[in-house]
Amino acid sequence: MTAKKIVVKDYDDIPGTYVFDADRSRQGYHLNMFCMSLMKAENRKAFKADEAKYLDQFPLTPDQREAILKRRYNRMLELGGNIYFTAKLGATDGHPFQHLAALMTGSTQQDYADLMLRGGRPVDGNRSRSGQFEKSKTPGKASKPKAASKGKKRRG
Amino acid sequence: MARIIAGVTSSHVPAIGAAIDNHRTGEPYWQRVFEGFERSKEWIAKAKPDVVIGVYNDHASAFSVEIIPTFALGTAAEFAIADEGWGPRPVPVVKGHPELAAHIAQSVILDEFDLTLCNKMEVDHGLTVPLNLMFGTPKEWPCPVIPLAVNVVQYPPPTGNRCFMLGKAIRKAVESYPEDLKVVVFGTGGMSHQISGQRAGLINSKFDHAFLDNLTKNPKKLTRLSHLELMREAGAEGVEMVMWLIMRGALDDKVDEVYRFYTVPASNTAVGHIILANRVKASRKSAGKKVPAKLKRAAARQKIQRIRG
Repeated sequence: MTAKKIVVKDYDDIPGTYVFDADRSRQGYHLNMFCMSLMKAENRKAFKADEAKYLDQFPLTPDQREAILKRRYNRMLELGGNIYFTAKLGATDGHPFQHLAALMTGSTQQDYADLMLRGGRPVDGNRSRSGQFEKSKTPGKASKPKAASKGKKRRG
Repeated sequence: MARIIAGVTSSHVPAIGAAIDNHRTGEPYWQRVFEGFERSKEWIAKAKPDVVIGVYNDHASAFSVEIIPTFALGTAAEFAIADEGWGPRPVPVVKGHPELAAHIAQSVILDEFDLTLCNKMEVDHGLTVPLNLMFGTPKEWPCPVIPLAVNVVQYPPPTGNRCFMLGKAIRKAVESYPEDLKVVVFGTGGMSHQISGQRAGLINSKFDHAFLDNLTKNPKKLTRLSHLELMREAGAEGVEMVMWLIMRGALDDKVDEVYRFYTVPASNTAVGHIILANRVKASRKSAGKKVPAKLKRAAARQKIQRIRG
């Protein structure tokens, strides 16, 4: 065997979800440590004054750096960011969390808030990419992979 | 002897904390949430716990990605309030109970639960929001709080079964502490929610209601839920409901459900709250009646033999 065996992760079947495991934690270490640094008021001030210069302190990959500067929150998750850490970036920008949630789900903050008031995103059709866990499956009627359609865009 | 009198579960949504801190609890959106805890505040004012053991998760406040302890028990005399990116919450410092915490640590580790012990630890909304929901906004928290931080940030968190068993070990520890203390255990987090990725906003009320039902009547069933199932059904961050099982494990098998509250949403999350109380021991009330079934059967057999003989 010369090729590296790829570990199959059962949770990768959950659509629109980036499970923050040890691999992602290692990959996103510096990205998350940058976010962690924003817990201090003086660091928030320095970051706001010159974002690019502030980021130079952290050995980020060019992709991670771009994702931070452009506030691409799903991309940050994909590159090893964790939501509890990236939320600190949102807080530094003065955004309520629903602003970040709206960005990640590709909707406006108002639409996202309305979705939550209606009882949230339904689980039916959002359980798995493969659709194998849909309980209400009827023969000949495929379950609708609602978030899965968006989730498919996800790389990695 | 110290004893656990009850368990409380509560979501710890940060926006609830923000609503308190910014005096927005009177807004209709938030009123719906806070009203659900009015009776709970009355209950805990009467129950008057001497100590709260607060099971919660740290949200990248005390622990970054440098060190990720699965179970971290706060053994300090006090715990400062973390600055989570918008300044520390204006809530009282959390005073611990270092003696009981040290006793729990020793007992539980010798029971083969490998805890991390923290003599210095900042605490975040995960712990302080449930304290507000249960105690309001006093100048000082009414009793010491022992924080128990559980990793649910980096996969995998401890299993539900492990959490349940840890609850049992904590109970054993508390009950071997000589001082007469009434202890209430808080299990926080949940209920269904996902705050990350394209699936953010997921809520599964059906799952949540079943979880609450089972928490009271059949917690063993919940200990068999896999992380995959929890994340799939209750959202990636809904997995934090494993922490509720530490609380449940610390209680009797049969408990009384004192109160329950559920509402959707608080920001991105389904809010679930339950109060479960240990029953007053029947043996104290009616010592004569409590004869184990085994002994009863043995006595019956003897009686039969006597008649035959």
